Amino acid sequence: MKKLSLAKLNDFFAAIAAKQALYLPVNNKVGKADFTKWTAGTEMSKALNTVRSAKDFFFPQTENLMDFKMEGKNIEVIDSREECEDFVVFGVRACDAASFAILDSVYLVDPVDSYYKNRREHGTVVTMACGKPAETCFCGTFGIDAANPAGDVTVWEVADGYMLRANTEKGEALLAATADLLEAGDEKAVEAAQAKTREIMAKLPLAGLTFDGVGVGKTKELFDRPEWKTLSESCLGCGTCTFVCPTCQCYDVRDFDTGNGIKRFRCWDSCMYSDFTLMAHGNSRNSQVERFRQRFMHKLVYYPDRNNGTFGCVGCGRCLARCPISMNIVKVAKTLGGNK
Amino acid sequence: MNTETLIPYAGIVTEITQQTPDVKTFRVEAPGGGKLFEHKPGQCAMLSVPGISEAMISITSSPTNTEYMEFSVKKCGCLTEWLHSMEVGQMITVRGPYGRHFPVYDELLGKDLLIIAGGIGLAPVRSVINYVRDNRDKFGSVDIVYGSRSKDDLVYYKEIVEEWMTTPGFNVHLTIDNPQEGWDGHVGFVPNFVKELNPDLKKTVLMCGPPIMIKFTLGGLMELGFKKEQVYTTMELRMKCGIGKCGRCNIGNKYVCKDGPVFRFDELDELPNEY
Repeated sequence: MKKLSLAKLNDFFAAIAAKQALYLPVNNKVGKADFTKWTAGTEMSKALNTVRSAKDFFFPQTENLMDFKMEGKNIEVIDSREECEDFVVFGVRACDAASFAILDSVYLVDPVDSYYKNRREHGTVVTMACGKPAETCFCGTFGIDAANPAGDVTVWEVADGYMLRANTEKGEALLAATADLLEAGDEKAVEAAQAKTREIMAKLPLAGLTFDGVGVGKTKELFDRPEWKTLSESCLGCGTCTFVCPTCQCYDVRDFDTGNGIKRFRCWDSCMYSDFTLMAHGNSRNSQVERFRQRFMHKLVYYPDRNNGTFGCVGCGRCLARCPISMNIVKVAKTLGGNK
Repeated sequence: MNTETLIPYAGIVTEITQQTPDVKTFRVEAPGGGKLFEHKPGQCAMLSVPGISEAMISITSSPTNTEYMEFSVKKCGCLTEWLHSMEVGQMITVRGPYGRHFPVYDELLGKDLLIIAGGIGLAPVRSVINYVRDNRDKFGSVDIVYGSRSKDDLVYYKEIVEEWMTTPGFNVHLTIDNPQEGWDGHVGFVPNFVKELNPDLKKTVLMCGPPIMIKFTLGGLMELGFKKEQVYTTMELRMKCGIGKCGRCNIGNKYVCKDGPVFRFDELDELPNEY
């Protein structure tokens, strides 16, 4: 355990940023937190969490996959991948840190997605325990501890600074590289900070929420439930839930003619959109009821089926805060599961 | 060799055969000759024309063919129209092979096969048919029931008549939807034709065709006394990656690109009816 005094926070950021890109939550023009690249004078946001999740660092909203040169009847395939440079993401919350394990279970299983793997290998994740969890938080439902997040380094905010604990080799390296700014840490201060977080968590409206009624092996039981119709009735199909979700990993692949060759890129896509499954001969999910059902069945049943019962949700609460019709995974799980 | 499965190979189209008014077969070779990669019967590949799009197409040639791969494509959308306008010598990109193949290396060995197809649905099972022809001693009898809208819509007609019909142990039963001048064969839909033929219940069935044909043929087979465990089919849903990551071809907890496209009907029974 190491300690960084508040007075040295900027030096700490500067020391990291001197060697690699450093990203941290910063308030944007409208006062909402976004992960932003640190430069001298950048002030870390005090917001509980960023509007967008941290998944962009490993699975960016758009990325170029390859290029093609077309000449007459010939096609040259150009592998334009480059080795990613080392970077640090500071201030990731426990929920988003847990989402990386879910993205890993998709992108790092055979056949490995080398684009994702490249960024994963070069990124160091510094997580920050939550001081003031919000009423939309329910990470505890999934056994995620907001007071003790995963990550290469875990940081706790204490009265006069921060406590830092390295959890991995990458984390050790980061703390070793900034050792001259750190002093010995204090386990007791961390325990006190954790106790405070857990006390707040226990009083939150979603404390004690369980997803017992949904999960592994429930396809037959849940797929034809009449409640899907009422739950999805007002869904606009806007896809906001998908875009703010740290675990949504579906993508589209498209080509763009630059006038000087073709770029093939991928970008986030949403199962909430009507053309997601559209083919020349028809669409397997023609209505919004079916598309809505797909999104929640994936997170609550299909993903757990394929991943030893782990839900495809980390309880970050972004969809609760952002859905324009106030529908969300908690309402869906409660309605289908029949418990609190 | 590519280390990233999303990055395709460029292949040259060396022969184009007009099968029916809206189906062409494209022979694809590596720029230096030979196949771009090996595959197993029933597997698919992503074909693309950069700048247009990419789509999953079944590999219709048998893996026993060592010189080239073939893809039969029906003209029905943006990419397929572009493919149909191609000339020999044009390059396209190909990546794969993807998905689970028909179990020709184990479960189907020694079995009497009943292969049922409708329209362009013959393309994925043609790979099996020619694999079995080239490994004749490893399989029992082969009955092929194939139907299309009209005589002109029967794909691989020449190959069927000249090669399949002349293979010992092969029985080919063709049908078209409506009577037509110059056709003295069977007229009627595939599901009824299968029932009329009253196949032996010991056969293992491989089936591919339009959803409506699959539905009624399966019903007919069940009435005859076949079990779902002895009937295989191959599915088609929209795909972007082919490796179980882009998230759009799932039926319940299975991805058609990775866990399929070949499924046995008892396996499909476990999945929600969303295909």
